[in-house]
Amino acid sequence: MKTPDKEEFTLSVYSENHVGLLNQITTVFTRRHINIESLTTSESAITGIHKFTIVVFATADNIEKLAKQIEKRIDVLKVFVFRADEIIHQEIALYKVSTSSLLGGNEIEKLVRQYGARILEITPEYTVIEKTGHKEETQELFEKLDPYGVSQFVRSGRIAITKTKKELLENYLKKLETDQTQLN
Amino acid sequence: MNVMEPQSQLLMKEEKTRETKRMSGSEAVMQSLINEGTTMIFGYPGGAIMPIYDALYNYHDQVHHVLTRHEQGAVHAAQGYARVTGKVGVCFATSGPGATNTVTGLADAMMDSTPLVVITGQVISSLLGTDAFQETDVVGVTQPVTKWNYQVRKAEDIPAALARAFYIARSGRPGPVVVDITKDAQVNEMDFKYEPVKAIRSYSPESPIDFHQIEEAAKLINLSRKPLALVGQGVVLGNAEKELLEFLEKSGIPAAWTLLGLSAMPSDHLLNVGMLGMHGNYGPNIKTNEADLIIAIGMRFDDRVTGDLTKYATNARVIHMEIDPAEINKNVHADVPLLGNVKKTLPLLTGKITKNEHTDWVAEFEACFRIEYKRIIEKETAPDDKGLRMGEVISKVSSAFNDDAVMVTDVGQHQMMGARYFRFKQSRSVVTSGGLGTMGFGLPAAMGAKLGAPERPVCVFVGDGGFQMTIQELGTIFQTNIPVKIVLLNNNFLGMVRQWQELFFDKRYASTELINPDFQTIAKGYHVPAIKVTERENLDDAIKQMAETEGPFLMEVLVEKEGNVFPMVPAGASVSDIRLE
Repeated sequence: MKTPDKEEFTLSVYSENHVGLLNQITTVFTRRHINIESLTTSESAITGIHKFTIVVFATADNIEKLAKQIEKRIDVLKVFVFRADEIIHQEIALYKVSTSSLLGGNEIEKLVRQYGARILEITPEYTVIEKTGHKEETQELFEKLDPYGVSQFVRSGRIAITKTKKELLENYLKKLETDQTQLN
Repeated sequence: MNVMEPQSQLLMKEEKTRETKRMSGSEAVMQSLINEGTTMIFGYPGGAIMPIYDALYNYHDQVHHVLTRHEQGAVHAAQGYARVTGKVGVCFATSGPGATNTVTGLADAMMDSTPLVVITGQVISSLLGTDAFQETDVVGVTQPVTKWNYQVRKAEDIPAALARAFYIARSGRPGPVVVDITKDAQVNEMDFKYEPVKAIRSYSPESPIDFHQIEEAAKLINLSRKPLALVGQGVVLGNAEKELLEFLEKSGIPAAWTLLGLSAMPSDHLLNVGMLGMHGNYGPNIKTNEADLIIAIGMRFDDRVTGDLTKYATNARVIHMEIDPAEINKNVHADVPLLGNVKKTLPLLTGKITKNEHTDWVAEFEACFRIEYKRIIEKETAPDDKGLRMGEVISKVSSAFNDDAVMVTDVGQHQMMGARYFRFKQSRSVVTSGGLGTMGFGLPAAMGAKLGAPERPVCVFVGDGGFQMTIQELGTIFQTNIPVKIVLLNNNFLGMVRQWQELFFDKRYASTELINPDFQTIAKGYHVPAIKVTERENLDDAIKQMAETEGPFLMEVLVEKEGNVFPMVPAGASVSDIRLE
């Protein structure tokens, strides 16, 4: 039997803002030996509700089970699973190069223009360049800058919003209310 | 002069004192427990929980505390209590080692969906994170084995945390909850007011019923020619035994049960075709791959039930009735998932199906049973050779209690034999460690079961291996005078592992033979009357003596050293490959 292909998925996990939630969520991945590619947490548009954006490679079947296990945690409200084409997502990368290499020619300046990056800070020793974009884009800029000496490089986790108008969670919270009326 | 002003203030003050009462966090723990209907606590004191024990001292007329000999025993006892009563089992343990000793019981309760609230003491909040004496990160350690856990650091947070704990433990798919309370929170004063939790925004204990799926399920049932119902603990946890029988009797569908679904329907019911899985009955296993429809009722397709999933129920569509959404499609694909409490979904389904009988199909199970009876059951329950068999002991003990006792088991061969040969008339009569398979579970669980159902006889079957894992609880049985009937099936082996070694490891008996102590002397040391049976001719009298003794009793039976449990679906094999020998 052919093993199903792994794909990239982005999970949006909405939860109450309690201490220890990150641990509760990550153990679900650890137990199934799934590596987290990136993870960011922030507040959502709804007051008091926190949002984790998690990127993983997994099979579609596994990700469905994984999402249910995360939802099973008491303080987790809802998990939405997206493929890349269902969301608008972005990452940010910072690159530190020596100022002398910036001044040594116009190659770095060209790259900054070409990649829509910007220069955040220049000191006599170093220059910090910032670029937002998808991972491939920030990675490509890194590879282009590398020959000129990148002394530090960092990339953030993915942040993502859906292509639907509102937070999907709002619909979910409304559904919860109607469900309650049925159950009572 | 305005005389109204101070008077109204006085009234308001009075109102406030009527609503809240000033007390210590520890007393608030006791008051919260009483508000939740707790009358029984199993526990073990220690430094970090002493203030709570001190408060408990004032409540002995309302709450009975059972001092076990080990915290693991306390949790298993609470599990036994919860399983027979349907109430939440409550435990106390101290910080550090006290708390870590509860972990096995918590994991067991998590696997078997048993509602527990375990309260652990914790070091003073200012010492948290300093590696203080008996400090353990209890929330971190117990997180994967609890349905929910929480650390309380302020006295005023105690009632709300406990209200939440009880609600989570008992609602939806039940499970264990840990509330870790720092010592300063236990000591400090607070204004007590109790408000039970009725809902939590982020938690849906039950999904709404999908009526369309009910229709779909009914259609499949009405069209099916060879349907098989799989009964799990969900029926017991949902108190849906009556609804189950109504469904089965209208549909005429034969029903097999999982280990934890045992006793959900009477043993002698005509549609009860026996146990599923590794050591289950021949019919339900072999017929799983002939069935054209599987109706799973509150069960989770554990690997011990299904064997090789790629060769499981190959001809069947599957209706999965289940309260926990995470179980749907986890192991077996559900053609029709029916989320919700089976107490509610079963009657809806019964209402939609046509009255039916599957006489020929049920007769096929009977034919299988006759084969199994001839090849296995007869030899096990009425042997003509010399050695005593576990099956005959279990069957006779069942009869001695009119087939209406609570059966508790430890884990291993005797557990499977108990499930196969003990008989039941009413639900909530089985307490066994199913999912986790915890040796040492039996004896303490039996104490809790007996305290939860004092009017019913409670028999616990233990092997010589598992008995010695929690044997110290004989001390609790003696001190608390818990009249449990202990049946020790002694083969001087770790029997189940030995059986696997015989069948799959060329009889290489690596570390499975036990050189045992004299259990009679040990029982005597704990003031528990005991008898040892080595010959078949003495068995009946010994059972009679055990049944007639008022207090606790230990009957040790020397059974055949190398007896095996059959049938058997070897691990990883298909249910169709069930072996009769």
